[in-house]
Amino acid sequence: MKLFHFRGGVHPEANKHHTAHKTIRVMPMPKKLYVPLQQHVGAAAEPQVEIGQHVLKGQLLAHSQGNISAPVHAPTSGTVVAIGDFSAPHPSGLPVRTITIEADGEDRWMECNIPADPFELDPTEISTRVGAAGVVGMGGATFPAAVKLRLGMRSDIHTFIVNGGECEPYLTCDDRLMRERSIELIDGIRIVMRALQPQKTYIAIEDNKPEAIAILTEACKPYDNITVVAVPAQYPMGSAQHMITTITGVEVPADGRSADVGVLVHNVGTVVAIHKAVRHGQALISRIVTVGGGAMTEPQNVEVPIGALLSDVIEFCGGFKEKPARLVMGGPMMGLVMPHLDVPVVKGTSGIIGLTLDEITPKPTMPCIRCASCVDACPSGLVPLEMASNIRSGELEGAIKFGLVDCIACGCCAYVCPSQIPLVQYFNYAKDELAAQQRAKHKAEETRKLVETRKQRIEAEIAARAAAAAARKAAKAQKASEASA
Amino acid sequence: MFAAVVSLTVLGISLGFGLGYAARILKVEVSPIVEEVSAMMPGSQCGQCGYPGCRPAAEAIVRGDAPITICPPGGRALAEDLAAKLGVAVNLSDLADHVPMLARVSEATCIGCTRCFKACPTDAIVGAPKQLHMVIQDACTGCGACVDVCPTECLQLHPIKETLRTWKWTKPEPELVAA
Repeated sequence: MKLFHFRGGVHPEANKHHTAHKTIRVMPMPKKLYVPLQQHVGAAAEPQVEIGQHVLKGQLLAHSQGNISAPVHAPTSGTVVAIGDFSAPHPSGLPVRTITIEADGEDRWMECNIPADPFELDPTEISTRVGAAGVVGMGGATFPAAVKLRLGMRSDIHTFIVNGGECEPYLTCDDRLMRERSIELIDGIRIVMRALQPQKTYIAIEDNKPEAIAILTEACKPYDNITVVAVPAQYPMGSAQHMITTITGVEVPADGRSADVGVLVHNVGTVVAIHKAVRHGQALISRIVTVGGGAMTEPQNVEVPIGALLSDVIEFCGGFKEKPARLVMGGPMMGLVMPHLDVPVVKGTSGIIGLTLDEITPKPTMPCIRCASCVDACPSGLVPLEMASNIRSGELEGAIKFGLVDCIACGCCAYVCPSQIPLVQYFNYAKDELAAQQRAKHKAEETRKLVETRKQRIEAEIAARAAAAAARKAAKAQKASEASA
Repeated sequence: MFAAVVSLTVLGISLGFGLGYAARILKVEVSPIVEEVSAMMPGSQCGQCGYPGCRPAAEAIVRGDAPITICPPGGRALAEDLAAKLGVAVNLSDLADHVPMLARVSEATCIGCTRCFKACPTDAIVGAPKQLHMVIQDACTGCGACVDVCPTECLQLHPIKETLRTWKWTKPEPELVAA
């Protein structure tokens, strides 16, 4: 099959050999689980259990609210002991609303609503079931999968790409998933195909995972409409936009979505979660996490219940060999640095990577020499050095002109920068700043509206009072005239 | 009778025209920029800037008597919009020491007197007589009008708590200058 290329990208050392050959281990249920209500893009879920209530495994804890949202479910059976703030898996360590469950040790499933045959289901019924199971994009973007499916159904999808790229160094959770759970994966793919009716379906895997390619090629033999494609190992191949360019040769427009070019991309983990949701009626309550990095005693892939603390997972893997210089959730290129170990694993946690000082090699930042290495590396065709210099001098508008909003924060520019300039931090800072300005502007507009309505209300009240007084006066006058007559 | 009607009609018409003419030639020129700036202001007449309302503040800004960072509810966004409109350099450091605040009712001391929600320019306080009042955080601009009228000092301004939604990446430190 003819493949296309995207410009830029980098080839960081993969470091996948530490974990790629080890089978996935299932972690025993920890005593307490901390389930954040915001594990996805969109509005936070709203709790519908009470403190002290007993819940079963897979039971709904909080329902979604609004168009873009996802519910969360109980990862095990037990008692709800707290609904309140708990440290979020985020660099700030700020609290997020969280439901805490004390496991009862029985791990008893609730009765699941299983369809007789998923391939008889209506496409909208499939997306409803996916939404009710709380499935979100498990590659890390955590966009609600049902919303994506609904969007796809509306916009005539011709190609469905199953993303097994996994271009982040260290991570092998998708690789292991493809090797060990190929039957579930293919069932999930067929369910999505039933919902979307695409003409072509590809499973795209980077060519540094030959075992996964071989296993899936074999497993796909009965289905001639699913093709396994080996794509070159190049970071950021796993980015949906770049995957689409590589497979179809079409570029997603700057302000568009993949559905606009008739393509829908789902991560392999998401597809397996869809299989569980539709085939077995099971909610998304666990995921496979790569525990890796030089600081780990036993790097491996673990199936972790959502809500388990990082400290529990790391203890299960034998703890740290040495104190990590940096602990990252996700991959080392795009992951977030964690403030401490007492934060829960969430639906988007693909990895827990403890990096040693040798692996991060911190060097002082030097001035930009305008070598344009970042321009060559940028897979989105932007000019990072100009964007950064605009942001440095406070010209956010200037950075937007150079394409700030199209930056996917992949980190290629910062990776190649010979002056070690934290370019991605500049862009994240600018994006957050612009969002804050947008919020402030929105609030100012809303305030103006509130003031206007208040003014109108007060005027109406005064007018009503004056009218009432006039009416009283008229009535009095009439009475007086009647009396005199 | 006839003379009275005629004289009053003539008087009315001539005075009417006279006033109309005077309004034209003696018109007070308002700079259109004041109108525009005034439309950009939040319009809550909160007085935090020290001027009696948004319009006087707008006039002062246009005259150059007041800095464009004067409006706390408008904040940074307004300051930047004003800078673009008036073509002046914006010095946001004036805003840095102004921490955005929101009003909050202390449940223990609220007596339900209803004074605060009558004073609130944005209807951000809800309540009923002898019932605990509440501030709707999204609608509050932190103008402090309620704080002034509260008889028990139960309404206080508090700095806005940072959440995951409002948390921002910091600007990187400027790089070392090569020796």
